[in-house]
Amino acid sequence: MAVYRNLSIRQKQVVWAWGFLALPIVFYCVIRFYPTLNAIILSFQSWNLLGPREWVGFDNYVKLWHDPVFWKAFRNTFVYLILGTPISLVLSFLIAYQLDKTRLLHGTLRALYFLPFLTSTVAMAWVWRWFYQPVPIGLFNNFLASMGFAQVDFLNSTTNALPSILLPAIWAGLGFQIIIFMAGLRAIPTSYYEAARIDGVSSWTIMSEITLPLLKPTIVFLVVFSSIGFLRIFDQVFNMTTNNPGGPLDSTKPLVLMIYQTAFSSFDMGYAAAQTVVLFGILLVVSLVQLRVLKEKP
Amino acid sequence: MKAFKAFTMAAATSLSALIAAAPAQAVEIEYWQYIFDARIKAMDVLIDNFQKANPDITVKQSTFPYADYRTKVAAAIPAGEGPDVVQLFYGWLNDYVQADLIQPLPASNFPADKIEAEFFPMVRAMKIDGNYMALPTAVRSLALFYNTRMFKEAGYDKAPANLDELVAMAEKMTTKDGAGNITAEGLTSGMTAQDHHWWREVLLRQFGGVPYSDDNKTVTYNTEAGVKALQFYADLEGKYGVTKSTFMDEPQAAFKAGRAAMHIDGSFRIGALKDTRGLDWAVAELPAGPDGTKSNYASYWVNAITSKAKDEKYEASVKFMEYITSDEAMQIWLDTVGELPAKPSAAMTEKNLADPVFGPFVAGLGYAQTTVFADESGQRQVLVDAVSRMSLEGQSAADALAAAAKAEQAILDSYYKK
Repeated sequence: MAVYRNLSIRQKQVVWAWGFLALPIVFYCVIRFYPTLNAIILSFQSWNLLGPREWVGFDNYVKLWHDPVFWKAFRNTFVYLILGTPISLVLSFLIAYQLDKTRLLHGTLRALYFLPFLTSTVAMAWVWRWFYQPVPIGLFNNFLASMGFAQVDFLNSTTNALPSILLPAIWAGLGFQIIIFMAGLRAIPTSYYEAARIDGVSSWTIMSEITLPLLKPTIVFLVVFSSIGFLRIFDQVFNMTTNNPGGPLDSTKPLVLMIYQTAFSSFDMGYAAAQTVVLFGILLVVSLVQLRVLKEKP
Repeated sequence: MKAFKAFTMAAATSLSALIAAAPAQAVEIEYWQYIFDARIKAMDVLIDNFQKANPDITVKQSTFPYADYRTKVAAAIPAGEGPDVVQLFYGWLNDYVQADLIQPLPASNFPADKIEAEFFPMVRAMKIDGNYMALPTAVRSLALFYNTRMFKEAGYDKAPANLDELVAMAEKMTTKDGAGNITAEGLTSGMTAQDHHWWREVLLRQFGGVPYSDDNKTVTYNTEAGVKALQFYADLEGKYGVTKSTFMDEPQAAFKAGRAAMHIDGSFRIGALKDTRGLDWAVAELPAGPDGTKSNYASYWVNAITSKAKDEKYEASVKFMEYITSDEAMQIWLDTVGELPAKPSAAMTEKNLADPVFGPFVAGLGYAQTTVFADESGQRQVLVDAVSRMSLEGQSAADALAAAAKAEQAILDSYYKK
């Protein structure tokens, strides 16, 4: 205590500042960095949760390289990303743009679009899972059958299942993206539009020369945000395919689901950790690329 | 302040005296199982009875959600916490034994020859290096549930005796709408549910195959018999159209909703179906194979003494194990949970065999096989995928089975090389 008493006020302030800063640092070390390091170490080991860990070198990574399921999950993850991000961004921009102009029931409409974002993903995934069932319980197929059309195998198909799962995932995220886009649109000074109108510029030019360039920070934020979301997709897939997780024939399995299954139903923790390290690498690269883009001034 | 210090000292002394005195009179052991209402209730009854007979031992039951169970047990025992007696799925035992979490049952109280004489033969999978490591209270087998109302409408008064009858009856009871969509199934199906057991241990054997080598390390079903068995299973949906694996999301849901005439499931389903309003159902033994072969699949949960139990806790745990593997405990388990006694002497009683619901399951136990799994969900997935490749990608049964055998062998190899 004597040491503290002899400090100057300035030094005491520094001690206190570090005291407060230490809390999040300790938190980050214990909750984030330690498990991350541990997972990286684990990826070079073999462990079934029960016995001791054993060093196996690069075995897990070699196995990963030769595992066709991993490559399928890898491909699926990027399909979720490459389809999901642009579609959800274009949709939410169009809706936000129109909603921004609407005065009638503006608040209600905005709330309606935002509602799915508030709904629990698990509940939503199950409701959609039932929508997709074959007759007699599936809403969509009952409708098709009553109109005299053939049934569509939404989930039990290697080609339809992934888009069928992606659709509710996009729908659920729309509300959030719409709100962000609307905030971005509101932030553009109206004087620009007034000046453009006085000059008699076409509405397409207004869109491409004023609205979109000024929305760039918003767009970049949403691209980063939704890319990470789609790269980490899990809840929707797992809940809509619990009988055959990631199926049929791994056609909907994203990396995160593969990691989950390897770890908690096959109890191959080392192999799961190796997959996690690869996913971590992908997320890191995608985020760094996007941050680089973010840095460029509009 | 001084008075307070004196008070705390006195309190601490008397408390530690109390604690120190306690073990001399009574031992407390801890029992762990996963959360399943009927099982917890049954165990409460067993613990009550046991404590009445052994007033110096108390048993504390702790339960955990199924999803966390394995992790909790694995973390607790090496730390000296956790259960003295633990309930495990039989397929997990190897992992626990290899990790030194389980100690063998003492041969003096559980002699191997006595166990082998008294218990169903499938329990032999619990013997490692000549010692029994764990024993079940109850076992489960498969049977055919059927909807008696749909049977009556179709003019049937008893369940199919063999596979040919199964197909013929299922065809008659399947109803379709104008476009050919199934609106009620003759037979439920789903490799993701119990059908992988039905295929592996029942259909395959009925067509003359054997799933694994005697040491369980080699897949042996990639034979002509295996192809026939897989073709038969795939034909139920593809050729005869009496079932659809995705119908009503889950096979048990279709049967429960009265939209399926027949459904193959385990004895653990009885509880869920018992109180379903408007559903009239009965149970029969699984249909016999083309040459009359009967087979069944049995699985069980075992109880074992963990390596944490020492000295007087170990003695108490042994006593507790003796009680929960007794005939009396098995009957209580059957009445409360609906799972079948693990000993023929308790299971194959006239009363149980004559029971319209338990009877077929008990009879099935007499000729049941048990699969020694390395990774149950992984091995199930192999068969799920084989059927998917046939139905979704048009692969032949022979190719689908060859790929399945290769994938499953890889799972077994990576498990046993450790």
